[in-house]
Amino acid sequence: MEEIKYIIESLLLVAEEPLNIDRINNILTGVEKKEIQNAFAELSKEYEARKGGFFLREVAGGYQIRTRPEYREWIKRFIQPKALRLSKAALETLAIIAYKQPIIRSDIEHIRGVNCGGILRMLLERKLIRVLGRKEIPGRPLIYSTTKQFLEVFDLKNLKDLPTPEEIAAMGEASSEHME
Amino acid sequence: MTPDEHYKVQLEDIFEGPMELLVHLIKKHEVDIYDIPVALITKQYLEYLEWMKAMNIDMAGDFLVMASTLAQIKSRMLIPAHENENDDEDPRLELVRPLEEYLRMKSAAERLSERDLLGEDTFVRNPGQEDYLLNPEDAFINVGLFELIDAFQKILENITPGSRIEINADTITVRDRIIQIVDIFETRGSVTFNELFSKNADKSEVIVTFLAILEMVRLSLVQVVQHTRSGIIRLFYL
Repeated sequence: MEEIKYIIESLLLVAEEPLNIDRINNILTGVEKKEIQNAFAELSKEYEARKGGFFLREVAGGYQIRTRPEYREWIKRFIQPKALRLSKAALETLAIIAYKQPIIRSDIEHIRGVNCGGILRMLLERKLIRVLGRKEIPGRPLIYSTTKQFLEVFDLKNLKDLPTPEEIAAMGEASSEHME
Repeated sequence: MTPDEHYKVQLEDIFEGPMELLVHLIKKHEVDIYDIPVALITKQYLEYLEWMKAMNIDMAGDFLVMASTLAQIKSRMLIPAHENENDDEDPRLELVRPLEEYLRMKSAAERLSERDLLGEDTFVRNPGQEDYLLNPEDAFINVGLFELIDAFQKILENITPGSRIEINADTITVRDRIIQIVDIFETRGSVTFNELFSKNADKSEVIVTFLAILEMVRLSLVQVVQHTRSGIIRLFYL
């Protein structure tokens, strides 16, 4: 029992992308998914108890070992990552796609009230969004949706993990009350 | 208001478009979006447009569309509402609905940026994972349409003759094939041309795959390059 947990831990260390239960199920044949799920939960508890440099995050349909945000500055001194740095306009466009997908460009521009061509190209380049196809209406516009990379970058389990509009509104009120 | 104040505000906010300007005015005057003083906001909005013109800011037509919407709402509010009892919806709703939607998406964007972002707040063990970049020691050339067609002909020659004239009603569409190929790219970043054609593919599948690749090239979703020595054609996801 104990061993399964540490086999999974070793896999987590080597995995290049979030490791999902099905993938482990293919490797650890005969181990029930429930057990794998429990192993993840226990590992996570161990990391939380230890409060070390990393923790276990559930992202993009799998699990991944990530460094704790507290140590971001040290890591940045160490590796100088290519900054994500999305402009406010890019974030807004991305949020609209995330919430309204699948969506075509004119619908995005209708909400933002401004041309989004350049931003869409940039988001495509960064693989945060992708083209799903074309809508069969005049002009056959491209249909956009977010990618797995989007979930990974924004620390989301899946699309349902996005806060609901009600939650956003509630948070907005809370923060404005806070300011007063 | 002094000209300096105008100047400062504009540099920060103006390029975000008419909705952003509207939000800015509403916040500045601390008005309720459900009870917008249209006359005041319209006047201010037009003043900003004047300033933008004076500063030679290349103003997008979107700003003018919003200006005319505002003017129209303003004039409709002057008409007595009792003319048509069934149709006395507040004309400002036309403004409020998109504004609400815009503000909702704006705060959704803020919430997103507050998360622990990968590569910004939190990191994975192998941070160099996006190094699918071309190895500079290997010389690649961009492949033109004709090289692609040559490669396609070779694939067609390799189809086993038995599976050639099969007509299958429920074959996959080009669009579905593009989605499949994008999925492959999302896990691997690059793939060779031949890998996209399975060994036992029938002719229609081969053709659909080829059309999918051409479409993806046209949409600038992939870059197709050929190794100068081995002749292997490789596709990179952009």
